[in-house]
Amino acid sequence: MMWARFLDTFFNPKVMAQYLPKILEGLLVTLQLAACIVVTGILAGLCLALVRSFRIRPVNLCIILAVDILRALPPLVLIILLYFALPGVGIRLSGFVSTWLSLGLVLTAFAEEIFWAGLLAVPRGQWEASRSTGLTFIQTLQSVVLPQAVRLTIPPLTNRTIAITKGTELGAVVAVGEILYQAQTGLSFSYNPSPLTLGAIAYVVLFVPVVYFGRWVEARFAWKR
Amino acid sequence: MATILQNFFNLEILWAALPYVLKGLAMTLLLCMAVVPLGVVGGLGVALLSTVRTPLVRWPIRMYVDFFRALPPLVLLIFLYYGMPFLGIDLPAFVAVTLGFFLNNSSYYGEIFRAGIESIPRGQTEAARSTGLTVAQALAYVVVPQATRNVVPDLISNTLEVVKLTSIASVVALPEMLFAARQAQSVTYNATPIVMAGVLYVLCLWPLVRLLSRFEHQSIVLH
Repeated sequence: MMWARFLDTFFNPKVMAQYLPKILEGLLVTLQLAACIVVTGILAGLCLALVRSFRIRPVNLCIILAVDILRALPPLVLIILLYFALPGVGIRLSGFVSTWLSLGLVLTAFAEEIFWAGLLAVPRGQWEASRSTGLTFIQTLQSVVLPQAVRLTIPPLTNRTIAITKGTELGAVVAVGEILYQAQTGLSFSYNPSPLTLGAIAYVVLFVPVVYFGRWVEARFAWKR
Repeated sequence: MATILQNFFNLEILWAALPYVLKGLAMTLLLCMAVVPLGVVGGLGVALLSTVRTPLVRWPIRMYVDFFRALPPLVLLIFLYYGMPFLGIDLPAFVAVTLGFFLNNSSYYGEIFRAGIESIPRGQTEAARSTGLTVAQALAYVVVPQATRNVVPDLISNTLEVVKLTSIASVVALPEMLFAARQAQSVTYNATPIVMAGVLYVLCLWPLVRLLSRFEHQSIVLH
């Protein structure tokens, strides 16, 4: 009896069939949002780390300050600031753009730190050796330092990227039509939590492979001490 | 410039909202004091169980960890807070948040502790056992202390993420700092309270971020 009620509440086939298309629509939005965040965050982080390698003191201080703030600020606070506070000064961003910008900035900060640590990990002697063979600064960076640095940074960067991608769920708070938002809307229309179950299943199906991939990357790129 | 000051750094509104936001900060601290120790202890338990050789214990634990690492925390929280009442289980917001964080955090902390335990050579356990320590004693006095020391940076990093994550409790109307700030914002039609909450988060967490940044550089350079 209890079991039947449980199934009827969380796995109601009729409600599930009705809201499946909406959840799939949400899945698509989640994927788009995640793709935007990952590409812009990692590229911007790499650019910032490269700028930092020129060691211009005032520029680097600004980068460090911005990175620290973005690492200390909860992403949801940032999303709410962009979405609810910026209209006060006449800037109106959609929920999608607010979420993208916020999580993209947070990923930029973490990626910058990781790339910078990777760049520092390449011994100074290698810089000097390549410069003395006649390579320019850019050539040294491109052919000697970056390939080694990127390899070191892959495991931490993968894990961080996965963690931040999961933050796309926060978009639901500012009405981005991603999985959680669709599931919540379904719940309030049907007065049955089955859409929420569907949403949870969608997230698990989406992220279990990603979690396994992260574990694989960690093992694959592990450096033996 | 004047509009920016007026909208984001309005002193009058700052003074009016300060007591609310500080009350929210107190709730955030209380929440952290509940969820961080619970998560650490749960994680240690999960890690110890995942080293048990019986597949009957190891596999369910593995599934538990993978499931809750894949399920985003806000989804879990909304499931507990808005879904469970349909079964007649009405959880107060604080309980729902604590339970959701426990399920989520114990799997994250569990993975960290597991990596730490795996970094301790098997010979240590064998040596400890052969001196006459029981399994529990060998774990408590030999393996776990060293394992924990090896993963301190990861533990701190995860704790920082947990503290930041408590802001999602605002979605289920738990009056923590972000919730208080949003309330104040909707009453005053001014974003200053949210900016203030952001500044308070940064002030509280900055020392942790600095510390972590140092650890990260050391760990990558040591490789």
